Amino acid sequence: MLDIFVLMLTAVLVENFIFYRFMGCCPFLGVSERPDTAIGMGAAVTFVMTLSSAVTYVVYTYILVPFELTYLKTIAFILVIAALVQLIEMFLRRFVPALYGALGIFLPLITTNCAVLGAALQNVDYGYDFVHSVVFGFSAALGFTLAIVIFAGVRQRMFFAKPPRAFRGFPLTLVAAALVAMAFSGFSGFSLGNSAEGFFHF
Amino acid sequence: MKKHSFFLSHLKEGLIDKNPTLIQLLGMCPTLAVTTKMSNAIGMGLAATAVLVFSNLFISLLRKFIPRQVRIAAYIVIISGFVTAVQLLLQAYLPSLYASLGIFIPLIVVNCIILARAEAFASKNPPLPSLWDGVTMGLGFTLALLLVAFFREILGGATFFGLSLGFTPIGFFAAAPGAFLTLGCVIAAVNYFRARPKKNKKGERDDA
Repeated sequence: MLDIFVLMLTAVLVENFIFYRFMGCCPFLGVSERPDTAIGMGAAVTFVMTLSSAVTYVVYTYILVPFELTYLKTIAFILVIAALVQLIEMFLRRFVPALYGALGIFLPLITTNCAVLGAALQNVDYGYDFVHSVVFGFSAALGFTLAIVIFAGVRQRMFFAKPPRAFRGFPLTLVAAALVAMAFSGFSGFSLGNSAEGFFHF
Repeated sequence: MKKHSFFLSHLKEGLIDKNPTLIQLLGMCPTLAVTTKMSNAIGMGLAATAVLVFSNLFISLLRKFIPRQVRIAAYIVIISGFVTAVQLLLQAYLPSLYASLGIFIPLIVVNCIILARAEAFASKNPPLPSLWDGVTMGLGFTLALLLVAFFREILGGATFFGLSLGFTPIGFFAAAPGAFLTLGCVIAAVNYFRARPKKNKKGERDDA
């Protein structure tokens, strides 16, 4: 139980997907203009990443390993994720229209979010079992959501800033991201027990 | 003569005018992640270029056979096939580079540059221009990675292509905040030089 907690805390704060591993930077920089869209994107990513961690674990352990096809994991995982996103979209549209209204526009973007594929591949690389894979996918996505929501708050302030002309727009966004990353690097000294070992090889 | 000028102008477009990373702002994850060393930047850039060249070529060859509704899925399958090939080749022949790029090699699959070129160029153009488009855009990506890695390796690692420069490195630039800051400053510098009015050449170089 303790190691699950340590895994969660590590994935959310210490080794945040955006600020430590640089995965999912495209939506982080692209869909963080307003806090409400940031929350929508975060929720959609959390939903897909938790599910895809579970499904890719099953696909890897029960299909790829027995048939000795593990070298095809990149292709298999991206197909699973693309199909899963499509299925979730259809399911939500049919049965949970309210949620579809909130998350629908973000779902197609998630297929090419490298955080989702990255989490699936790292689950395999670290040799996590089913429970750890799902927890890792969920908490990594939680860390992504935390980062994107905080950053959306920071960007709200930037509407009033008057930077030099060359920095206007995207460069200023990156500089602001550097400041938020500095705040997160305060966590980087923490080493949370044994189960975090093997995490730092990257 | 006309063909010749197409190839040259496209090269300039890929490297400078429409640089996929610095101007079109695609493919941010690898740009931030692997630019701690210039050797990593070159490795990543060339690996992505190889994938881009082959995926563009094959998507262009198959452009009349892929139904529009499932084209994105078809592109992803083609791209991930080549990524797997590149991954296996690197693992076999350049194991140290493979180890230092780590998970970012399989993540070339979801690099937006490759999908963007497939959608915007290769799916509408014949094979040879598509192949050249892959080369130029890939080299533009490599150039951008090298530019960022140049500053980050010198400041953050106090080395230049692995050679020690003999001063104390500033750890900030090797860490995540330094990655965001360096990329922001590089893009700002590019914006600055693009916005500057062109003095030395009159008339013909005035772009819209």
